[in-house]
Amino acid sequence: MSGILNSSIGRKFAMALSALFLMFFLLQHFAINILSVFSPDAFNEASHFMGTFWAVQFILQPILIIGIVFHFTMGIILELKNRKARQVKYAKNNGNANSSWMSRNMIWTGLLIEAFLIVHMSQLWWHEMMVKYINPVTEDPTRYYPELVEHFQSPVIVGIYVVAFVFLALHLLHGFNSAFQSIGANNKYTKSLKGISKVYSIGIPVGFIFIALYHHLAH
Amino acid sequence: MNLTLKIWRQKNANDKGKMVDYKISDVSPDMSFLEMLDVLNEQLINSGDEPVAFDHDCREGICGMCSLYINGEAHGPDRGVTTCQLHMRMFKDGDTIYIEPFRAKAFPVIKDLVVDRSAFDRIQHAGGFISVNTSGNTIDANAIPVNKQDADTAFEAATCIGCGACVASCKNSSAMLFVGAKVSQFALLPQGQVEATDRVLNMVKQMDEEGFGNCTNTGACEVECPKGISLENIARMNREYLKASFKG
Repeated sequence: MSGILNSSIGRKFAMALSALFLMFFLLQHFAINILSVFSPDAFNEASHFMGTFWAVQFILQPILIIGIVFHFTMGIILELKNRKARQVKYAKNNGNANSSWMSRNMIWTGLLIEAFLIVHMSQLWWHEMMVKYINPVTEDPTRYYPELVEHFQSPVIVGIYVVAFVFLALHLLHGFNSAFQSIGANNKYTKSLKGISKVYSIGIPVGFIFIALYHHLAH
Repeated sequence: MNLTLKIWRQKNANDKGKMVDYKISDVSPDMSFLEMLDVLNEQLINSGDEPVAFDHDCREGICGMCSLYINGEAHGPDRGVTTCQLHMRMFKDGDTIYIEPFRAKAFPVIKDLVVDRSAFDRIQHAGGFISVNTSGNTIDANAIPVNKQDADTAFEAATCIGCGACVASCKNSSAMLFVGAKVSQFALLPQGQVEATDRVLNMVKQMDEEGFGNCTNTGACEVECPKGISLENIARMNREYLKASFKG
């Protein structure tokens, strides 16, 4: 058991567990955001709950941040180690003949998503930290919807959103199935899982893009 | 067929090496790729040049000795074949063909296209076996009932010839398809259970020490494997490894 994180398979397993956790979080984030399209009140209620419930704020939020930092750091460590494993490159390499572009470029799509997360968190999450803990203001449970609408009025922000979620879709198109393979789940259900993977990997990012465009165009 | 060959030439393990161009003519489409290289070497010997060193043995696609990274793919553009079974009809007259050694830190080049794949042997020595009493009381293997599906899956894993195409094709030079196949062929059989925990832990430890990269599930190994070894073997190895780590 000791030293499992020093082994190639142990690291792969840890990477996959953090990925599965982040994918679950993304689904929950989407479920709340999509409420803003159908019901501003429901969106306000859900956001207020997430923003004020102690277990979300002080247990789940730190776990999420650790999950993101771990996935990002481990991804870079593994990439650097993998690059060392082939010191002389091929003069001609036909990667498209045997693997998808997404699978070979996880590091680049991952880094772009990370760059987006830094922008995203500095704009929205940091604002939440300010009004809740640094310069506390009286909580208005109806503030979330107008703040969201205002956020998406900027065409630059919407543009960044669209590009980031396209890269997220590319990352997920390989990452979703890859996470299951890494935890050893390759069996009779794998074919069905590939279908679910496509629905999730395209559906969720397209859904986020739709929310951004909807608020940009509707208001 | 008239071809231009771009071949990796490297005098020895310490030489830097470079790609060298050769022209070859009157190549029959029915020749195997290795026969084409034999013709090139005859041509080089007749002109007083050093022939190209490359690995080969059975030339029947079963020994796993031939290697070569041809036009950007391990064992060339055909599927389910080793280089010795690759035929020149897969190429067109006038083609330029890149021929390189399998590249990985764990597979150092010895000369030209010959690489040292003894890292695979050391992984096998670390656990790719079962201990059998040969003192005269050996139990007939057929006396132990084995589920047909398990027997077939174990046999499929055992068809791995250890050629190293998986390592050469993987962008990370990972050996997990090879090790996954070797772990699986025993993990699926009752005879392999006694040493199951030590086997997977020791083989993975040796694999990591040899300097192979980590698997990122691109699936390139499965596509390029001449024996069609499935990625399911890597998943099974992952399960075996996690089970052994948490147990021991």
